[in-house]
Amino acid sequence: MNAPLEIRARLARGDFTLDVDLRLPGSGITAIFGASGSGKTTLLRCVAGLERVAPARIAIAREVWQDSASGRFVPTHRRALGYVFQEASLFDHLDVRGNLDFARRRSGDGRTSLQPLLELLGIAGLLDRRPWQLSGGERQRVAIARALATRPRVLLLDEPLAAVDLSRRREILPWLERLRDELRIPMLYVTHSGDEVARLAGHLVLLEAGTVRASGPLAEVLSRVDLPAIPAEERGALLHATIGERDAAWHLAHARFAGGAVWVQDPGLAPGAAVRVRVLARDVSLALQPPERSSIQNVLPCTVRAIVPGAHPSQALVQLACGESLLLARITARAVDQLGLAPGATVWAQVKSAALVA
Amino acid sequence: MSFAADDLQAIRLTLELAATTTLVLLVLAAPLAWWLARTRSRWRGPVSAVVALPLVLPPTVLGFYLLVSLGPQGWGGQLTQALGLGLLPFTFGGLLVGSIVYSLPFAVQPLQHAFEAVGRRPLEAAATLRAGPWDRFFHVVLPLSRGGIVQAAVLTFAHTVGEFGVVLMIGGNIPEQTRVVSTQIYGHVEALQYTQAHALSAAMLAFSFAVLLALAMLNRRSTRVLG
Repeated sequence: MNAPLEIRARLARGDFTLDVDLRLPGSGITAIFGASGSGKTTLLRCVAGLERVAPARIAIAREVWQDSASGRFVPTHRRALGYVFQEASLFDHLDVRGNLDFARRRSGDGRTSLQPLLELLGIAGLLDRRPWQLSGGERQRVAIARALATRPRVLLLDEPLAAVDLSRRREILPWLERLRDELRIPMLYVTHSGDEVARLAGHLVLLEAGTVRASGPLAEVLSRVDLPAIPAEERGALLHATIGERDAAWHLAHARFAGGAVWVQDPGLAPGAAVRVRVLARDVSLALQPPERSSIQNVLPCTVRAIVPGAHPSQALVQLACGESLLLARITARAVDQLGLAPGATVWAQVKSAALVA
Repeated sequence: MSFAADDLQAIRLTLELAATTTLVLLVLAAPLAWWLARTRSRWRGPVSAVVALPLVLPPTVLGFYLLVSLGPQGWGGQLTQALGLGLLPFTFGGLLVGSIVYSLPFAVQPLQHAFEAVGRRPLEAAATLRAGPWDRFFHVVLPLSRGGIVQAAVLTFAHTVGEFGVVLMIGGNIPEQTRVVSTQIYGHVEALQYTQAHALSAAMLAFSFAVLLALAMLNRRSTRVLG
């Protein structure tokens, strides 16, 4: 485990104030999640030194990049970071090879082969193209490779998929997963997509109006019920599971997590493979008895832990304990009343849809 | 069409003056244009206005002030004398200074627009790729501003070739030293040598047209290449 990232920054600009004090894990992907205007990009720019704010303290990989107390400010070009902008921002006057070389030559190591990077991101065939001859997805992969060619100690990604259409997004996500699994550097990943968070992140920082609402391991933060900053449609639990038996006849696989198991679409993975299962709150309904002859395949016995009002007064959000794992269910407030639900009650959670996200 | 020796001399001098002016001016205008493109200083407005003055001032006014300030009593003249350069009026050096001032906006403005068009993002991207400020200017800003640089060079060159008023004021019309094509034509007309005036004028017309045509074609190509 690398040294944790320390990010403390305060910035007031007009009626917007950013005020964060974070310690983030020194490996894996930390998602910085929040609505637009919540200060996600600004936070990333502070880490990169593109915004000079005070007071601030930024320390990455045991190196202090900024410390207002001692007046230290390392300019962006002396920080060992890689930055991927929302739009790829490749240099139009250079081809792909030129763009990669630009980064490699300046990292003080002009001889290292780019080959592993080209393979890691699948861009070996694009070297002679100009930026405008690339698709949005290719451009973003080249931008990621270019950022990595500087051999950074931290990779900052500012909504790298925002400018890419849905099908391209599906094309890039596996590359990002590969980076996460094969590189040993921490990544800060700004996004407002719950899907990307569920799929990639290990740690989640929830930003709202410039303030940190929550920061913690992904599954833990996602199953909390006291975070109105998470949009209602994105709410749901994340289960870390392993693939168990497979039902080849019906193309289903059993995903076991601490406290239970669910059937999911067979991803074709070998038994024992680690997967993430996302269960959205809106896909979970509750019953007092195990339902009979229902189309729902996944029914889990749970205990009610907490009930809070939902985003709309007609709704309620119920936090459920299923063994050691937590689930969320979004049901109507009237149902809470009719079923007489209260913390401690035993219920059957009917999961209409459980999606493998990785 | 054939030219007499003094006509050829004037053409040679003109090209020499225009080339030198263009080179000096690009070097001087680049930092000024960069500053104008990036600054938020309150001096931006006044400086822009001063740079644009040669566009609106009659060249004779410009030439007159230059003549006075570079003369023995002017501050410019005292400076050049102190530096051991002697007095500049009625020399090639004086013509050069006059041309630089006269063509300043034609170099600064295309460069400034090109620098502004580059925007902040490529610079920020370069900084995250470990490029320091000079590195960013030479390896990102200048290549991305190629179109503007060529435009500035061509316009400066052509505009210097076409100057008359400033040249007459500060250069006089001394053969082999300060007599350029435009003043040579003037001389021919005054002496009623219409044939020679015709030849030189036609050459100027063809040259100017060729320059503008080349510029238009270049602009089209650079927007296609960079689009």
